[in-house]
Amino acid sequence: MNELRDRKVVQGLVRDIRRRAALLAPPVRLMEVCGTHTMALYRYGLSPQLSDAGVEMVSGPGCPVCITPDEVHEAAIALVTGRPNLILATFGDMTRVPTARGSLRSAVPAAGSEVKVIYSPSEAVAAAAARPGKEVVFFGAGFETTIPSIAHAVREAKRLKLRNFSLLPALRVIPPPLRALLETDETVIRGFLYPGHVSAIIGVKPYAFIPREYGIPGAIAGFEPADILLGVRSLLEQLRAGRPEVALVYTRAVRPEGNPAAQALMREVLEPADAAWRGMGTLPRSGLVLRKAYAAYDAQRKFGLELKNRAGRRTGCRCGDVLRGIVAPRSCPLFGRRCTPDRPVGPCMVSFEGTCLIHFKYGPVKGARHA
Amino acid sequence: MCLAIPVKVKRRSDAETGLVDYLGNEMRVNLSLLPGVKAGDFVIVHAGFAISRLDAREARKTLRLLREMAGAA
Repeated sequence: MNELRDRKVVQGLVRDIRRRAALLAPPVRLMEVCGTHTMALYRYGLSPQLSDAGVEMVSGPGCPVCITPDEVHEAAIALVTGRPNLILATFGDMTRVPTARGSLRSAVPAAGSEVKVIYSPSEAVAAAAARPGKEVVFFGAGFETTIPSIAHAVREAKRLKLRNFSLLPALRVIPPPLRALLETDETVIRGFLYPGHVSAIIGVKPYAFIPREYGIPGAIAGFEPADILLGVRSLLEQLRAGRPEVALVYTRAVRPEGNPAAQALMREVLEPADAAWRGMGTLPRSGLVLRKAYAAYDAQRKFGLELKNRAGRRTGCRCGDVLRGIVAPRSCPLFGRRCTPDRPVGPCMVSFEGTCLIHFKYGPVKGARHA
Repeated sequence: MCLAIPVKVKRRSDAETGLVDYLGNEMRVNLSLLPGVKAGDFVIVHAGFAISRLDAREARKTLRLLREMAGAA
């Protein structure tokens, strides 16, 4: 599959995109919803090429570490610092998010407690099974790509009758924030590049309201350079024809119906709930929480955690605005000065999918209206 | 976080898991989200779970389209 990164292929696609963009009234501003797409756009140098070809890419809310609000991070910190003999398991990036209470990495755990970085949720269940004297809390953040693996962990803990395992969930689904973005007029997005691996789980249908109700084109794309450019090309084609749809250009990995087994597992263990997003407030049915049958595994309930939005920390961090695509990282006065990957002020500078970290690492896009 | 890697399934180990080849290393992954996946299939792995089987025919179709476009440009 070397063609997906081949220079000739990429150049041919960019030329084609330039021709198509020239037929449209500027600005041709498209949003890549997913942080992994943002990473690829910069890592492969596609963003400057697209900008030069007349297409402006704006990053969206697709970074789970970034959109998880402070109060959830603070609840996790409170748990591991306040309770002895507790293992707080989570994905690596989550440990570095700074809050008013510091970060999980800087926090000093209570006696016998620790923060454990894991790659798969299954490791948290294994830790609970291996160490019955400890409470294991899995602080699980993620979108639909990750959620089935988290649901699986909870079901497995129940099957094994583990009483020392629970989940502090920060599970969010991708379509609701897209509706929220379209409902405001903060920025005009003319097309969405949809996340390839979220879509491998949910399929095409959950995005159908976007062309139907808002007339906005969309394309589900993979993560190689040619995948992304095929997606952009499809968006321009839809704009030109005036026929918005949910196009699927990542057909090798995404079936139109998604992954039915993963969907069934999610439905079995989880149910929709209103949920808070950094920078976007509470969005209806945008989160997933444990169903009643699994309530015993809910860390919030088990430990009586209150998630309080204190909104008190004034750092000047504009991560919330970056996540809505209304400011570019460089427009934040903290960017690269007080806020760097070594000393991040907000989560957008922490996560490997955070727009600020990516912009810091790969530099500005010349001539981009947002930069 | 939605980074996921394509790997080849070497063999199923039990009802839930199997061994895959990731850049020459053997890795155990959970295959329960892909009923029917078998040795030799390529799958995409995320957080220790195979979430999608790669469709070789669709992959070839995309490559053909890309080659045509590179040729035409």
